[in-house]
Amino acid sequence: MKIIIPVKRVLDPYTQARVNKQTQQVDLTNAKMAMNPFCEIAVEEALTIKESGSASETIAVSIGTDKTVDTLRTALAMGVDRAIFIKTDSELDLQPLHVAKILANIIKREEAELVIMGKQAVDNDNNQTGQMLSGLIDYSLGTFISKFDLSADGTSVEVCREIDSGIETRQLGLPAIVTVDLRLNEPRYASLPNIMKARSKPMETIELSSLGIDTSPRIKIVSVEESGTKDRASKQISSAEELFSELNQMGVL
Amino acid sequence: MERESIEYDVVIVGGGPAGLASACKLKQINPNLSVCLLEKGSEIGSHILSGAVFEPKTLFDLFPEDAKDCPTLKTPVAKDDLFWLTGENKSIKVPSLLMPKSLHNKGNYIISLGELCQWISEKAMELGVDIFPGFPAQSYLKDESGRVIGISTGDMGIDKEGNQKGTYTPGMDILAKQTIFAEGARGHLGKQLIKEFNLDEGRTPQHFAIGFKEIWEVENDKHSPGDVVHTMGWPLNEGTTGGGFLYHFDNKRIAVGLIVDLNYTNPSHNPFQEFQQFKKHPKIKQFLDAGKRVSYGARAITKGGINSLVKMDFNGGMIIGCDAGTLNPSKIKGSHCALQSGILAAEYVSKILTEENCDFDDLFKASTLYKELYKSRNFSAAMHKFGFYLGAAYNFIESNIFRNTLPITIKDEQKDCDSLNLNNPLYTKEYPTPDNVLSFDITSSLFLSGTNHEEDQPVHLKLTDPSIPLTRNKELFDEPAQRYCPAGVYEIIDKEGEDYFQINAQNCLHCKTCDIKDPSQNINWTPPEGGGGPNYVGM
Amino acid sequence: MSALILIELNGSEVSANSRAAITAASQLSDSVDALVLTNDASNSSSVAALSGINTVKMIVDDSLENSSVEVASKLIADVMGDYKYLISGSSTFSKNILPRVGALLDVQPISDVCEIKSNNTFVRPLYAGNVMATVETSDETIVMTVRSTAFEHSGDDGSASVESLSASMSESNSSFVSLQESESERPELTTADRIVSGGRGLGSKENFALIEQLADKLDAAVGASRAAVDAGFISNDYQVGQTGKVVAPKLYLAVGISGAIQHLAGMKDSQVIVVINNDPDAPMSRMADLVWQVDLFDALNELNAYQV
Ligand SMILES: Cc1cc2nc3c(=O)[nH]c(=O)nc-3n(C[C@H](O)[C@H](O)[C@H](O)COP(=O)(O)OP(=O)(O)OC[C@H]3O[C@@H](n4cnc5c(N)ncnc54)[C@H](O)[C@@H]3O)c2cc1C
Ligand SMILES: Cc1cc2nc3c(=O)[nH]c(=O)nc-3n(C[C@H](O)[C@H](O)[C@H](O)COP(=O)(O)OP(=O)(O)OC[C@H]3O[C@@H](n4cnc5c(N)ncnc54)[C@H](O)[C@@H]3O)c2cc1C
Ligand code: SF4
Repeated sequence: MKIIIPVKRVLDPYTQARVNKQTQQVDLTNAKMAMNPFCEIAVEEALTIKESGSASETIAVSIGTDKTVDTLRTALAMGVDRAIFIKTDSELDLQPLHVAKILANIIKREEAELVIMGKQAVDNDNNQTGQMLSGLIDYSLGTFISKFDLSADGTSVEVCREIDSGIETRQLGLPAIVTVDLRLNEPRYASLPNIMKARSKPMETIELSSLGIDTSPRIKIVSVEESGTKDRASKQISSAEELFSELNQMGVL
Repeated sequence: MERESIEYDVVIVGGGPAGLASACKLKQINPNLSVCLLEKGSEIGSHILSGAVFEPKTLFDLFPEDAKDCPTLKTPVAKDDLFWLTGENKSIKVPSLLMPKSLHNKGNYIISLGELCQWISEKAMELGVDIFPGFPAQSYLKDESGRVIGISTGDMGIDKEGNQKGTYTPGMDILAKQTIFAEGARGHLGKQLIKEFNLDEGRTPQHFAIGFKEIWEVENDKHSPGDVVHTMGWPLNEGTTGGGFLYHFDNKRIAVGLIVDLNYTNPSHNPFQEFQQFKKHPKIKQFLDAGKRVSYGARAITKGGINSLVKMDFNGGMIIGCDAGTLNPSKIKGSHCALQSGILAAEYVSKILTEENCDFDDLFKASTLYKELYKSRNFSAAMHKFGFYLGAAYNFIESNIFRNTLPITIKDEQKDCDSLNLNNPLYTKEYPTPDNVLSFDITSSLFLSGTNHEEDQPVHLKLTDPSIPLTRNKELFDEPAQRYCPAGVYEIIDKEGEDYFQINAQNCLHCKTCDIKDPSQNINWTPPEGGGGPNYVGM
Repeated sequence: MSALILIELNGSEVSANSRAAITAASQLSDSVDALVLTNDASNSSSVAALSGINTVKMIVDDSLENSSVEVASKLIADVMGDYKYLISGSSTFSKNILPRVGALLDVQPISDVCEIKSNNTFVRPLYAGNVMATVETSDETIVMTVRSTAFEHSGDDGSASVESLSASMSESNSSFVSLQESESERPELTTADRIVSGGRGLGSKENFALIEQLADKLDAAVGASRAAVDAGFISNDYQVGQTGKVVAPKLYLAVGISGAIQHLAGMKDSQVIVVINNDPDAPMSRMADLVWQVDLFDALNELNAYQV
């Protein structure tokens, strides 16, 4: 069984996103970038499956400009076997639908039976790509998973999904796509020896244009704004009674 | 899990100008050398903080072809003013003629040193240097003969109590024929090496300052790229020396900062607060009004000059840049010196690797770096010894009238950690609460430094004797760590009715001030798990 | 230009976020229909009673109890026909299905809409809410989820007609095994309507129990500042802020928390913020709707003793 792990390079989640007023975009020049934390969890899960002997190969895929290679190198250093880099022009604003179409192409080509990916990327917070991908290639889908168990015969997986009302357990026939949630595992570090070794692992580069996928944007970002912390007009109170009556009036109790 | 090891010809610790220059030069001299460079910041430049007015000549020496295309060299210094701030609202402009020669900046550029380091690191990678950001050198390795044979990186995935977590990953030994330490001011390995190899024998004690810096985005009409303002005086007063700076660089950005010498005497002195006050002076405020603060940070500066510069070579390696003390204190410029020391180290190391006979001292004494440092040898010692006014006068006379040819050497034998007077309520300094317009508190400042550390790891600020903060330091000095730390790491809090010394290690900016200034020399800065610390952008 | 709401049911009840979706839809279209996928035809009544709905379209099939996303998304895509909008309230239910519908319709969905600017322009959060983006879509059909806190919840004075659709159920390669409903002793921090959060001012683990007591009284989740976590008053799962959880409850009650920006980053979008602190200059107070300047122990004792 081949596992494909799509990974995304995003602004480091602990870095404050800042808006460049002139370009009306989030300013990423010289900003610290990192692998999307949900993708790290996906990589970890794929590696655990491979280590248990149930997978033949793990392949990380990422789409982006040259810098994206760093993120693929991180995946390789964590332990993924090889990487596919889909190279784009710098200006391209790829949306989940495009990404799903590109990934669909690669998954078909690789004949991968399992796709493990993050439930969302912490930059655009769309939470869509895995779902869309499953729609395009008609793989079964398990979103927001916090537990993953491959059946003994290797034809299906049992997943626990973290949903609003609790935890749903489902059985997914392979081929399948799962999107992972935070509690699934704790990703390993890319250790220094492994970073060194990762340099000689295979990385294939594919020009996006060679795939013939229409990437014209469906959504245009008109403007962006930092939400910031706004001061509120505060009212002084001085007793429990007053507090409860205010809260009742505001309808929040 | 086993510790792995790997061998290189040369391993370099620290991706600042010194380390990067030595890496590039080594590969330029001999492309066959295997060279590896470790940087504790998560990226090259993320722990670099500097003014910075930069003397570009050495960069052109290193990259004669490419330096002109370096994107960071885009704001030449256009105007150069020095003000003596005589009070909260008062100032005297020091006429250009009277300005110490070393403060003239014609031909220099206003840059972000972090961005410059990123650019040099790209060059280094093109030359074939293996650069590993996010991996601090934790300790150095020696063979039986006592020769330094490389370094080891720290383990990852250890919890607060020191137990291995699920993600435990052992560190790695990197062995090398020569190891170059370029950790910048008060490197924690440098400190051990200096002691172990007696590298400071015959030198006066090293002196340090803490430098604060903020970047502001300002209104168009307040911004004139290339303008440089230096100040002396207010808010620092008797017993505290230092100076302020304000540089207009690109993209409507202004770098504003205050440098406070760490030999200050009043234990209630709070360098962070002094810096916050400094911005309120009309000479500074005029530019920042209606602007937005986008970045904050602090870093120690090694400023003892040549009298304190340690012996730079030892058995198995070198110590260079601010780690050794190459900064020129009369200009408070150390980037070009760090680059030069890196180049010299590379020349020396490449020679001894091919078993050529070579004496580093000869090489150094013949260098322009040595000449520059020798000229300014009395600058900070004079300031320290004679106090601000007399010291400044001395420096002016020596540099402008005698052109640094006086055959005198002034020395300052007191260590910065020994300069504090006893805590005295009569002299306790009070500072106004932040106005959130020009002055801010520490937590909101820290937010802009992007500092962060994995929370579940051992505290990386180690106390030799955990009782000292609440005993000796509290009794004698009201534990000054509560004030000199620019990140609010140290607090004495009330825990169930008793004093408790709290170390908020996650806040640390890696400035090294505590390691320098603790009057009991009880705090040891050690590297936290890789990648932790500030995430400076454009500093 | 009609709109279709994908209704989420909790048992037979219509979820609050579906009610928000109706309000959002009414800003876009005069004609709003609801779609219900269920195994129980009687669920139509609660949906028909929703204000602002024209027609309730029911697809009823036994297999739709705990249906698979593969089946559901295909059914929805087939119903879309001439509808311009497909809208649902943001939840794990809608986020599971709608993007897949989008892919089947070749549409790029829009997640977590907080504001409607025009019939194709919307405001949505990026970067965990730190950035708000105004986005304009060029898709013919618009698929979106809306934040339930950003729109009024539509009421129950409607009387929609009910239409039942016949649909063929496609095969699915996945099946339901079980649902372990969260036992709500105390609500989960990130989804709670109310949070009582304690800081270093509490002074000890023992005192922190006062926070838990108040939380139980208000049926609220417990939160904490990092200083409280560092001091060992409570475990780090409860930390709110930049490096902890990001929350936006209806009520956030901050007790003995100074309001460092790293803490604010995690709760600033709360609807109502109440601060209990004895320091009038605590930055937290500037963010508050209600401030009680008092010793927190006095306040907590009074609140815990108060008969609601
Ligand atoms: C506020 C301020 C203003 C200044 N203004 C100017 C100016 O205007 N002009 C000027 O020329 N100079 C200025 N300087 C001085 C200048 O910044 C320094 O002299 C210069 O940065 C020294 O370079 P370096 O390479 O020796 O060390 P650094 O630049 O400090 O670099 C050391 C690097 O090593 C890394 N490191 C440290 N320890 C380890 C370890 N154990 N393992 C791995 N990595 C490690 C650090 O993270 C850092 O990236 C200023 C300094 C300050 C603080
Ligand atoms: C990288 C980084 C990430 C961080 N992430 C987070 C995060 O995710 N979440 C977070 O919370 N913090 C975070 N912090 C820490 C943050 O900066 C603050 O230190 C922390 O939030 C302070 O917690 P506190 O308000 O409980 O404590 P304090 O700041 O000590 O405030 C205690 C408050 O209690 C009040 N008080 C004390 N006694 C009483 C009494 N008897 N009656 C009434 N009031 C009283 C005081 O007036 C004061 O306002 C982070 C910091 C860094 C550097
Ligand atoms: S703990 Fe020490 S090194 Fe860290 S910021 Fe404070 S003074 Fe600087």
